[in-house]
Amino acid sequence: MATRQVSIASSVGLHARPASLFVQAATATGLPVTIAKEGGNPVDARSILMVMALGAKHGETVTLAAEGEGADAALDSLVELLSRDLDAE
Amino acid sequence: MAADAGQHSTFHGIGVSAGIAVGPLVVVTPAPTAPADEAPTTDAAAASVTVHGVLDEVAKGLEARAAVAGDHAKPILEAGAMMARDPGLAMGIDNHLQAGKGLTNAVTAAVEEICTMFESLGGYMAERVTDLRDVRDRAVARLLGQPEPGVPTLTVPSILAAHDLAPAETATLSTDTCLGIITAAGGPTSHTAILASQLGIPAVVQATGILGVAAGTTVAIDGGVGEITVNPTADEVTMLEERKKRRAAALAGGTGKGATKDGYPVALLANIGTADDAQKAAKQAVEGVGLFRTEFLFLDRDTMPTVEEQTATYTAVFEAFGDRRVVVRTLDAGADKPLKFADLGPEENPALGRRGIRLGMIRTDVMDAQLEALAAAYKATGADVRVMAPMIATQAEAMWFAEKVRALGLPKVGIMIEVPAAAIRSKGILYHVDFASLGTNDLQQYTMAADRMQGELADLLNPWEPALLDVVALACEGGAAMGKPVGVCGEAGGDPALALVLTGLGVSSLSMAPGKVPAVRTSLGLHTREQCQQMAAAARAATNAADAKAAVLDMADPVLRDLL
Repeated sequence: MATRQVSIASSVGLHARPASLFVQAATATGLPVTIAKEGGNPVDARSILMVMALGAKHGETVTLAAEGEGADAALDSLVELLSRDLDAE
Repeated sequence: MAADAGQHSTFHGIGVSAGIAVGPLVVVTPAPTAPADEAPTTDAAAASVTVHGVLDEVAKGLEARAAVAGDHAKPILEAGAMMARDPGLAMGIDNHLQAGKGLTNAVTAAVEEICTMFESLGGYMAERVTDLRDVRDRAVARLLGQPEPGVPTLTVPSILAAHDLAPAETATLSTDTCLGIITAAGGPTSHTAILASQLGIPAVVQATGILGVAAGTTVAIDGGVGEITVNPTADEVTMLEERKKRRAAALAGGTGKGATKDGYPVALLANIGTADDAQKAAKQAVEGVGLFRTEFLFLDRDTMPTVEEQTATYTAVFEAFGDRRVVVRTLDAGADKPLKFADLGPEENPALGRRGIRLGMIRTDVMDAQLEALAAAYKATGADVRVMAPMIATQAEAMWFAEKVRALGLPKVGIMIEVPAAAIRSKGILYHVDFASLGTNDLQQYTMAADRMQGELADLLNPWEPALLDVVALACEGGAAMGKPVGVCGEAGGDPALALVLTGLGVSSLSMAPGKVPAVRTSLGLHTREQCQQMAAAARAATNAADAKAAVLDMADPVLRDLL
């Protein structure tokens, strides 16, 4: 299982538009990607409802995990996405 | 009260958006609930396929509506479709099906679990609960073999009937197909009423009789007087059509400044809530903005908007109005519309709690940043900017605010009069500031001790209530004594008959939804200031709201009735 840690860069945190962009990207990987807050249970990163319910705020660290072919590359691209201030773009 | 097709009847509600329309009735289906006696699930795999199929149909339906919806409704509908297709929701439902819950109960339970999570996050997330429950209602209805609830797609111009309409439902309406709105619940200051009048769709609320009228029945609605006629006769339709023509003719004249027949000026201003509103309102024949609500910049956010972002928005609004005045109200937040970055926690009575200036005096960082941005936008544009604070109750609050605003070099500072204490002692409060603006909706809620969002209390919230007029009169007396202007920026100012009374009481400006300005301008131009004063005296002498309105209409020019 590949995992990555990343700090949420979006100023509004991981909800609204940034959450929507992240979920779309996670779905596009074709892999069962999960996302978890520190000390929390991982949730399906392809679910906008679960991702929004995480309530990950600006500056909080989340852990992404995925299994399968291309998991490392997929996670790298998602880390890159979360490292940008998506709301400002 | 029930009326079959062909049977003629007339009944009344409260008219909240003027205009006349005749058309077939479309009934908004209420949402079904998951039946308690539903058969338990024995084959979870098969049940899962059924539910997922239904959720897919719900998503397709919402996507189809999104494809033809306007800019405002489109994202709401698309978000709903995305929720219906959500794998997290699907998994939650599957878990409940495997535990043996029936189809609709599994959907309901899974949705409620997510709603609980959202509600615990508060603010923006808590509001998404409405969208998620809408998806649930659609799925449950389909599983029960019923039509999806909510506003159906209107294929021919129709009149819409509902128990009540959610803001999201009202937002999806188009003036091309929605001729009128009739609701059994809701009050004069409900979202339905405000949105309908912004869209210029005739609307009547508190018309309980409408629920007994069958879909497809021809109905005539007069949104000014609040009258609904079921199966109108040909003569009645002709009369209404003539009234509609007279109304259009009366409104056709004039785009000039507001004034009474004898030339006493009463500025006619627009209420705006967003930068987009500002662009639209600036194109109308209005003398400026009497109420710029700034909440839109702050809601739905985790962090406070920066001074730079606020400055850019305020500058755009000021520029849109050129040398016309823009009265800005500082942030009016509180426990009923909490901000994630300035939430003081839940309160027993949010309307009586730490809202408006009270919050501003605690979170001075928020207040200071907003005033700094307003000052910067003023310096950049040189516009006629007037800044006022909401919910002022005491001289100390007015002084505190005025010192802050003046220290930043902003040219004019004022206060909202929404608390009866401020109206009663307006002279002392106005000593510290340059102007006051009456927020009649809140002023009435506090004068009558009646929650303005509670439709059942509509009788106590009639703006013709003589007690409210007395309180307005007190506020105006204080203004006259100090030689300082007192305006109105509540819904009352947009009523062409009540506008005369307010003018008679001494109000110097009226701010309203821009669509209401032409009727008020015409009404003012038909009456002298002395007539307005006589009407004000008659309304205050009445024993109740209905008598006050009747007395004023008796004294008014006959054309006024066509404007209502």
